[in-house]
Amino acid sequence: MKLSLIIGGCLSGMALLAALISLVWTPYDVTALDIAHKLQGPTAAHWLGTDHFGRDIASMLMTGARTSLAVALVAVTIGMGLGVPLGLWAAARRGSWLDEGIMRANDLIFAFPSLVIAILITATFGPSATNAIIAIGIFNIPVFARVTRAGALSLWQLDYIRAAQVAGKGRTRISGEHILPNIANLLIVQSTIQFSLGILAEAGLSYVGLGAQPPTPSWGRMLAEAQTMVTLAPHVAIMPGLAIVLTVLGLNLLGDGLRDALDPRLRGRLA
Amino acid sequence: MTLLRLDHLTVQIGKTPILRDVSLTLARGEILGLVGESGSGKSMTALAIMGLLPDRARISGDIILGGLNLRHRSEREMCQLRGSDISMIFQEPMSALNPMMTIGDQVAETLMLHRRMLRSEARSIAREKLDRVGLRAPRFPLSLYPHELSGGQRQRVAIAMAIALHPKLLIADEPTTALDVTTQAEVLDLLRDLAREEGMALILITHDLAVVAGMADRVAVMQAGQIVETAPTRTLFQRPDAPYTQALLAAATHHPPLAARPDAKPLLQVENVTRLYRLPRPSAFAPHPELRAVDDVSFTIHAGESLGLVGESGCGKSTLTRAILGLDAVQGGTIRLTGHPISPTMPRPQRTDMQIVFQDPYGSFNPRQRVERLICEPFHLTGRPSDWRDRVAEALREVGLSPDDKSRFIHEFSGGQRQRIAIARALIIRPKLIVLDEAVSALDVQVRAQVLDLLSYLQATHDLAYLFISHDLSVVRAVTSRCLVMKAGKIVEEGPTEALFTTPQNAYTQTLIAATPRIPQHWKEPA
Repeated sequence: MKLSLIIGGCLSGMALLAALISLVWTPYDVTALDIAHKLQGPTAAHWLGTDHFGRDIASMLMTGARTSLAVALVAVTIGMGLGVPLGLWAAARRGSWLDEGIMRANDLIFAFPSLVIAILITATFGPSATNAIIAIGIFNIPVFARVTRAGALSLWQLDYIRAAQVAGKGRTRISGEHILPNIANLLIVQSTIQFSLGILAEAGLSYVGLGAQPPTPSWGRMLAEAQTMVTLAPHVAIMPGLAIVLTVLGLNLLGDGLRDALDPRLRGRLA
Repeated sequence: MTLLRLDHLTVQIGKTPILRDVSLTLARGEILGLVGESGSGKSMTALAIMGLLPDRARISGDIILGGLNLRHRSEREMCQLRGSDISMIFQEPMSALNPMMTIGDQVAETLMLHRRMLRSEARSIAREKLDRVGLRAPRFPLSLYPHELSGGQRQRVAIAMAIALHPKLLIADEPTTALDVTTQAEVLDLLRDLAREEGMALILITHDLAVVAGMADRVAVMQAGQIVETAPTRTLFQRPDAPYTQALLAAATHHPPLAARPDAKPLLQVENVTRLYRLPRPSAFAPHPELRAVDDVSFTIHAGESLGLVGESGCGKSTLTRAILGLDAVQGGTIRLTGHPISPTMPRPQRTDMQIVFQDPYGSFNPRQRVERLICEPFHLTGRPSDWRDRVAEALREVGLSPDDKSRFIHEFSGGQRQRIAIARALIIRPKLIVLDEAVSALDVQVRAQVLDLLSYLQATHDLAYLFISHDLSVVRAVTSRCLVMKAGKIVEEGPTEALFTTPQNAYTQTLIAATPRIPQHWKEPA
């Protein structure tokens, strides 16, 4: 197995595991304030130290992982769920008004700066994790639609698509049976990139106070709260920062590794 | 006088031997044909001479050019030699040119680099060289970009770049494989003239024996990294020494048995078919101009017959094929298969009488499906019968593969095996007509002979009709009984294949046949 797949799997797996464990157990209650022990460095009692309210950073990171992963996952699902079919549809009807319509609508969404619109949506409908998901998800749709269409268009020129047409298969069926499996590589890599961008976007929204609301911990908000204390207790900022960096890195490595492992043409060479 | 000498050249990449003990000599002004099948080491020999082998290649033996051993030159010294002493042209003229640079600048660049000339000087020499390769002013100004030229013209630019510095040795690696037959003849003529007039030695690498027959002074035959035979061209064709050369020659002139069915009923009837394409408007309010890709074409294929369709690229062959397969609608005329009209909206069961085999053995299959599923695809038309597994096994056996191959992926097969699988896929629903769209063009000559034999056997056993579309006239001549010649969307000549090839009536057919490289008839009989 490839090294990138192992490292990527471990890093992403750690984030996922932390999120899952936090559902049933965390070392400390993340809502319990303990001002007496505020801004402590890593100790035996608090492995990653405490923040300015004396809350356990390890516990907050675990619970925060839940928010980050859930937001990014649902946002990617929205993007793929709508973007991929739209892209396949546009490619199958290349040059038609449908293709034009889908692609121009994509351009329209692309034309807006994504974070500004996300801020607009969450500001209009109220700051919450759900609204953050919707805002990030909408911007994933054109990304997936474009990647899907570009990948599919080159495949539509190939002979095995013609062979399938000669076998009487319709456009929808060809798209599902021949096109989609062959662009799965592209989509997997793109979804891990979007997943990591989703984590960053959620952190960004929470950082400006429009994501998850207190007392729900989130990596972005932990960073925001730590910024005034960077010189005083750098670990309070470093820990959530590291969590974001390692998870994003892990997801990107995982995407690369999965792409190679899922391709039957490359599979033989991995052993 | 010897210009180039390869002495026991051996190349290894990793643990794989690429070239084994290759020894060659080449005199000034001599044309050497280097022939062999794909993977035999022809291109690697060329790259070794150019000093362009990958870094991890291990080389032993000597490469001596004009008394200088190239093996002991540094990369810097080799850069000086490349272009000025040795030069090379490649198969694909589009990727050999920079699309962002004018042709004048590309030819001048070599001169400025090696001779430290001023741009104006270099451009005036570039003009001379482009004139020399037949791209004369004022029709071909230096300011043209590669996309404004045809494939043959681009290859001429590549040749002009290669000869700009009067190299002593020019290596041409399959220089005409991507070109049409009439263009190929022109480019080969140009290369021959250059060698003769400028005293330049030429190594012509090709898989096509007929090309070297008309060009080379001597021929070296390569197999699996070794030179199996070197001889003067005529001697090699008349008295091939090595068994491998004999096998190659036999395969190149192979004629599979033809099925004769004079009394057969019409199977496919194409009547006055016209296919139009709308082109972009030339200006904002002008009407769309129309391209008649297929223009009033009529012909008939009878049951069990092999009909050839030849023509150069862009003549409308592929457009016509798409219409016959019922993938595109036609704008005029009708196509009928066993009496039923063909159109993109035809009912599925009517498509079962017709299947297709494509040119590219690599692009014809979904790489993510196993052979079993690939072959089964046409069952979509009929519904999968209960004995489908037996039918798959039978189809694989019929095309000379093992039923166990069904659970393998397509990338595990060679080009020839893939074409067999493509034929199995076409056969599985027992069609009456198979369209062979350049089906053997990408195959090596021996594999091609085997696939042609297979097609001939299947035709006899299944009473199949073939529509054999190809740009390769010699193959069409060998396997079809009747033939159509297409030019600019129209059928310009039609008739029994042998008559059409021996006494062509149409001027275009005559040009095509004259341009086709062939091994002279009197060489085939032993001297």
